[in-house]
Amino acid sequence: MDKQIIRGLEAILGAGTVLHRPEDLLLYEYDGSVEKGRPGAVVFPSTTEEVARVVKLAAQHDVPIVGRGAGTGLSGGALARTGGIMIAFTRMNRILELDFDNQRAVVQPGLVNLELTRAVEHAGLYFAPDPSSQKSCTIGGNVSENAGGPHTLAYGVTSNHVTALELVLPDGEICRVGTRRGDSLGYDLTGLIVGSEGTLALVTEISVKLLRKPESVKTLLAIFETVDDASETVAHITARAITPAACEMLDGWTLRAVEDFIRAGFPRDSGAVLLMELEGLAEVVASQAAAVEEVCRLHHAREVRIARDAAERELLWKGRKNAFGAMGRLAPSNYTLDGVIPRSKIPQALRRIQEIGEKYDFRIGNIFHAGDGNLHPIVLFDPRDPVQYEKAVEASAEIIRYCVEIGGALTGEHGIGMEKSELMPLLFSDDDFDLMRRIHDAFNPVNALNPGKVFPLNKGCGEITPRAQAAVLANPL
Amino acid sequence: MSVSADTLVAGLESAIGSSRVTGDAALCTKYAVDGMIPSVVASPASALQVAEIVRFAKAHKLAAIPFGNGTKTRIGMPPRRYDLALEVTALNQIAYYDPADLTLSVDAGMSLAKLNEALAEQQQFLPLAVPFFEESTVGGAIAAGLSSSLRSSYGSARDFLLGAEFVNGAGALTKSGGRVVKNVTGYDLHKLLIGSLGTLAAITRLNFRTFPLPQGYGQLLANFSSVEAVNEFKSMVVRSPLSCTSFDILSAEATARVAKATGSCEPARVPNGQWQTCIGFEGDESVLRRYSSDLTKYAQQCRAERYFLLEADAAKTLSAALRELLTTVVRSSEHATVFKITTLPAFSVDILRLRELAAQYSMPSSIFASAAGPLYFALEPPPLKDETIATLAQISSEVLEYAARHQGQACILFCPPELKRLANVWGSATPDAGIMRRVKNAFDPQNIFAPGRFVSGI
Repeated sequence: MDKQIIRGLEAILGAGTVLHRPEDLLLYEYDGSVEKGRPGAVVFPSTTEEVARVVKLAAQHDVPIVGRGAGTGLSGGALARTGGIMIAFTRMNRILELDFDNQRAVVQPGLVNLELTRAVEHAGLYFAPDPSSQKSCTIGGNVSENAGGPHTLAYGVTSNHVTALELVLPDGEICRVGTRRGDSLGYDLTGLIVGSEGTLALVTEISVKLLRKPESVKTLLAIFETVDDASETVAHITARAITPAACEMLDGWTLRAVEDFIRAGFPRDSGAVLLMELEGLAEVVASQAAAVEEVCRLHHAREVRIARDAAERELLWKGRKNAFGAMGRLAPSNYTLDGVIPRSKIPQALRRIQEIGEKYDFRIGNIFHAGDGNLHPIVLFDPRDPVQYEKAVEASAEIIRYCVEIGGALTGEHGIGMEKSELMPLLFSDDDFDLMRRIHDAFNPVNALNPGKVFPLNKGCGEITPRAQAAVLANPL
Repeated sequence: MSVSADTLVAGLESAIGSSRVTGDAALCTKYAVDGMIPSVVASPASALQVAEIVRFAKAHKLAAIPFGNGTKTRIGMPPRRYDLALEVTALNQIAYYDPADLTLSVDAGMSLAKLNEALAEQQQFLPLAVPFFEESTVGGAIAAGLSSSLRSSYGSARDFLLGAEFVNGAGALTKSGGRVVKNVTGYDLHKLLIGSLGTLAAITRLNFRTFPLPQGYGQLLANFSSVEAVNEFKSMVVRSPLSCTSFDILSAEATARVAKATGSCEPARVPNGQWQTCIGFEGDESVLRRYSSDLTKYAQQCRAERYFLLEADAAKTLSAALRELLTTVVRSSEHATVFKITTLPAFSVDILRLRELAAQYSMPSSIFASAAGPLYFALEPPPLKDETIATLAQISSEVLEYAARHQGQACILFCPPELKRLANVWGSATPDAGIMRRVKNAFDPQNIFAPGRFVSGI
């Protein structure tokens, strides 16, 4: 990075506060995805005004800006694809205001998701979005990606819980959208910004809703001999309109890997399990539990276990939330896909994924938010073997294409980022892109913020090219 | 507009067929918005025809207002220009419905009531329980953005609208979102359409998540002698484990309207100065029993003047009357002036200030609020004179100040057109007005759609 820019950044933030040596930047060229992109400098502002000054400086020098929370994202959203200045929100991690009466909080973007719940749970409240990475991911990152999590089935994703934002626009202007109450007059700009993957504005303050903890929680583990029975159960539970707070599936192969790693209590000899949580009034939970159990039995569940206490419940969830770590023990690399499909089509989709795995001679594991139809097939492969690598590319593309074919979408919660930008033409027409691009330019006219994300670099190509997909799988961790 | 009305009609007829276009003055009058009458009404039969019409409007620099059943045209400022009513009620089919996935894709012109009839066959419904329900189109309900009375437990439209298809100001049929319940593919442009009052695009299709019809339904009504007691009760319910379907708070004047609409002696109007709370809840028998027992206990603890439980049919009748309270006020007189106030909390002791304000100007008033939604402050002025309008304008500015003092916002949702000459119904420009203009320009660069009706002159 240009020395003049480094000096300018130090003038704003203090001498010695700017990371710019290659060895310091190494950590920041990764996130949770398989992508890479090294920034020219990383800064850690403490206030909105500092962010605005950095952004103005970048604009003067025509250098791109990328915001970053904890870097746990899975689609390359927080990577500097074209270099430039990375604004890490690590120091902007305070809770600015807690309003227990109105169930609202105002936080800075660098606050870790779980920290908010910890700060309000004594008042019987919590912050609902609960991505698997909630112990480390930041609320700013959640806003950027519109993060989900297991319990979004009942409570919605991040955008359902955000009412107002403070923004820094690419020209350094600071502005506010939405109101703490929500329901602000005019267009729902908050709804637009949440999930825009840092391509429209930098978010420097977030007003969120807090939910009240339920009176009763029941965690069920339904054990099946086959994946087919488990997925038919999910479709049936949805069709019966029973809404658990969470409904997660692990196939037998995946749960065995998890057991080896975590010892969460998943039965190693089963074909699949459903981990379900029912929450609410004791009476509601009781009647839902009876209904869920009935559906499970109808589809040949071997057993439906109910967690006896909080410790057992936490252990089951630990198994679920650390499953992707367990996968790392099975192969040199894995590629976790994120597709979403209509829930009525889960059984056929899982069968198809199995066929695709067989066709390409891969074991593809499945551990996913079944209740939402949000699939996470995991393709295990060795990137050092060029033949395997090619096949992993093709198998992944075929799965995502299939999700779209049966009425689904490219991503349920991980975002488009760098990973799927070239797949966007599978869903969107040139006219759709044209409008999205115009919205992008209305905020970010010279593409200074997070360039190279969301939009396909080969606009309108309409195909997943092997080259684009190869880029997706290049440089695995 | 650069051409004569006759040329317009002829041009549109050649684009979408003569039976779908009229320039008949009497018919056009039915599409008036705040006294402005369009020169032509076009009723497209498909989304592609909507796009044809918008491209025609663009080529001839026309101003167009997307039109459903016209129940909420009084919302907003008078349009600066208005040449073409783009009437979409012929787009009225359910395009896709997967009851097993609880997802739906429906044409914008379908009526909300008919849609819910179709969903009820599968024991499902769309929790968009908005005023003007029986006549509203789905597209109109989304574009007007009125609050649903069920949002306490089902959320507002932004929580269950999954995607949309619409024609933007360039005349291109575009889409955003999808038909799956969880999706972060691309920008959530469909959220911008909610409450946009037709200023961004002509909505042609909407995708929703649907919900199961509840097994049973009940209401508890509790009357209180003071705002403080109402607040204590509300706070107790909110902090309890219960998650009620709706929580409405009515001033005595509002209860009179509800009593009239339900046609029953219960709930009777409450004595002047008192307040009534109506709490809806749903579930199976065991759940209903729990709600009834807990809510009764809370009402007793908060010294309710009276309280009573309504079951099944009576509760549903009351629920519909509460949903339509705004409708009945607005339809009672064309001079009715209704403020929509969103503050945090929705309902506070300070609410009495609004009553005093009305009393100070000898204006009959009523207040009704939903704990999760906005508060409506309705004035029902006597026959209009110049000084009445001036009084309404004075009250308006005080209401807007009241909202600002309470970390909130207010707008004049319904009022006589005369008041719109003296006051901007949206209040002063919001801090994000500049961004909103940019968004409007991205959707509709030539300002075809409903120019001037929206916030900040958009």
